Amino acid sequence: MTPERIASIANHPDFQHLVRRKRRLNGSLTLAMLVIYYGFVLLVAFSPSTLGQSLSGGVTTVGMLVGVLMVLLSFALTGIYVHRANNVLDPLNDKVKQECAQ
Amino acid sequence: MNWTAISMFMVFVCFTLLVTRWAALRTRSASDFYTAGGGLTGMQNGLAIAGDMISAASFLGISAMMFMNGYDGLLYALGVLAGWPIILFLIAERLRNLGKYTFADVVSYRLAQTPVRLTSAFGTLVVALMYLVAQMVGAGKLIELLFGISYLYAVMLVGVLMVAYVTFGGMLATTWVQIIKAVMLLSGTTFMAFMVLKHFGFSTEAMFASAVAVHAKGQAIMAPGGLLSNPVDAISLGLGMMFGTAGLPHILMRFFTVSDAKEARKSVFYATGFIGYFYLLLIVIGFGAIVMVGTEPSYRDAAGAIIGGGNMVAVHLAQAVGGNLFLGFISAVAFATILAVVAGLALSGASAVSHDLYACVMRKGQATEQQEMRVSRIATLVIGLLAVVLGLVFESQNIAFLSGLVLAVAASVNFPVLLLSMFWKGLTTRGAVCGSMAGLFSAVVLVVLGPAVWVNVLHNEQALFPYSNPALFSMSLAFLGAWVFSVTDSSARATEERGRYLAQFIRSMTGIGAAGASKH
Repeated sequence: MTPERIASIANHPDFQHLVRRKRRLNGSLTLAMLVIYYGFVLLVAFSPSTLGQSLSGGVTTVGMLVGVLMVLLSFALTGIYVHRANNVLDPLNDKVKQECAQ
Repeated sequence: MNWTAISMFMVFVCFTLLVTRWAALRTRSASDFYTAGGGLTGMQNGLAIAGDMISAASFLGISAMMFMNGYDGLLYALGVLAGWPIILFLIAERLRNLGKYTFADVVSYRLAQTPVRLTSAFGTLVVALMYLVAQMVGAGKLIELLFGISYLYAVMLVGVLMVAYVTFGGMLATTWVQIIKAVMLLSGTTFMAFMVLKHFGFSTEAMFASAVAVHAKGQAIMAPGGLLSNPVDAISLGLGMMFGTAGLPHILMRFFTVSDAKEARKSVFYATGFIGYFYLLLIVIGFGAIVMVGTEPSYRDAAGAIIGGGNMVAVHLAQAVGGNLFLGFISAVAFATILAVVAGLALSGASAVSHDLYACVMRKGQATEQQEMRVSRIATLVIGLLAVVLGLVFESQNIAFLSGLVLAVAASVNFPVLLLSMFWKGLTTRGAVCGSMAGLFSAVVLVVLGPAVWVNVLHNEQALFPYSNPALFSMSLAFLGAWVFSVTDSSARATEERGRYLAQFIRSMTGIGAAGASKH
C-alpha cells in the first residue's frame, strides 16, 4: 500500500468507526472473561469452602455448579462475539473495504 | 495382545492412510502443504482445533485426576478452556489477516526478517520438540499397556505413521486425521457418559452421592483441595494454561487453514463448544469411574492399585460400560489421538524449518515452492527420527514435568511477542528478540530450579524457586524485556519499524491485502 492510501484509509470516518466498535467489543468481552476466570481462581485460592458448600442440601456443591457455569459462560461469550461480529462488524468492514477500494 | 483393539486400530490406520493418499493428490503447492490451501471451513477447523486440545493426556489425565482428587481435576480443564475466548477476542482474526503459513509471518510483518524468524523458529522448535517427547513417551507406555506390543515398536510405529501423514498429505491429511479422531473421541466419550448416567438413573446428584460414599476423601472430592491453595501458584498456573494455548505453534498454524477472518472466528466458536462439551463429559466419566471402576476389585491388582496405573481409569471404565468391544474401540481412539496430535506438532516444527529458516532466512525468499516443500518433507523426517530417538532415551525418565513446562514455555516465548507485535506500535526487532529469549530462558530456568525438577527429578531437599509454575514470572519478564529493549531502541531501523505499524494495523483490522485461499 502506498503512504497516501494508508493515510486515506486511516483517516476515513468509517474505518475509525470500525476500529472503535471492534475495540469496544473485544475489550469488554476480554475483560469479562478475565474477571470471570481469575475471579474463580482467586475464589479457589482464598475461599475454597465457599465452593464446597452444598447447593441444595445434597452432596452436589456450589463449586460443581460454578464449574459447569464456567464452561457454559466461555461458550456463551464466544457466541456473543461471533454473533456481534457477523451482524455488526462485518457489514461495517465490508463498507470500509468497498469505500477504500481503488 | 489385545486383538479387538489392534484390529480396530488397524481399520483406523488403513482409513487414515487412504485419506493421506487422497490428500497427497491434492497437495501441490506450498500453500496446500502448510495450510491445506487455506480452504477449510470454520466447522472443519473448529473440530481439528478441538482435536488438538482433547489429547490423550487430557482424556486419560484429567479423568484420572478427577478419579483421585475429584474437583481439582476440573480446575485443569477450566484453565485450558478459558484460554479460548481470549484467543478469539484478541488474536484469532488478526492472526488470519496478517499471516500466511506460520505465526512468525505475523511477528516479522514489519520487523527485520532474519533475527525475528530465527527467534520464532527457535521458539517453535523448542516447544514442538518438548511436546513431542512428552507425547512419545506417554504414547509408548500407553500403547505397550493397551495393545501388548513392546515400547520400542510402539514408539517406532507412532514415528513412522506421523512422518507418513505429514510428508505425503501435508496439512490436509493432518487436519482430516485430527477431525476423524475428534469425532471418534467425542462419540466414544458421549457413549461412556451416557452409560454412566444411565447407571445412576440419569441423576448427577445420585452419581455424586455414590462417589462421595465410596471415595476415601469423602465429601472433600466435591470442593477444591490442595491443588491451587497458594494464590501465586494458582494465578501462575492459570496464566500458563490460558496463554500457553495461544503460544502453541501447531494451534496457531490452524488459523491459516481457513479462508478468511470470519471463518477463523467461527472455528474458535465451534472449537470452544466441542472442548467445553468434552470437559463436561469428563466430569461424568471421572466421577462415574470413582464408583464403577474404584469399587470393582477386578480393576485392581493384588496391592489394591489400579491395574496399569492411575491414567488407566477411563480405559477400565470403557470396559465396565461397554464390554471388551468398546474397550477395544477406546484403546484404538487413544492411540489415534496420540497420532493425530504428534502429526500436527511435526508439521508445525517442519514449517518453522522450511518456511522460516530455509525459505525466508537462508534463501531470503528466493526459494521456489518445490524446494521449500522438499525441505519441509526432509525436516519432517528428521523431526520424526529425533522424536523416536528422544522417546527411547527418555523412556524411563520422570518427564511428568514436561507437559506442564510446555505450556509455560509457550506462554512465555511465543505469546507475549506475538501479542505485542499486533497491538503495540512501539515493538522493534530488538525488543521482539530480547522478549522471546527472556521468556524462554526464564521459563526453563525457573522450572529447573522449581519443585518439579529440582526436588522431584534431581532429588534436592528444597526447591530454589518455590512455585511449581513459572508462567507469572517468565511471562512478565518476556513482556518487560520486549518493552525495555524496544523503547530504548533509537536506531533508524526501529523508527522505520514503528512507522510501518499503521499499514499493519489497517490490514489486521480490515483484512485488506490478507492472503486468501489458493485457487485450484
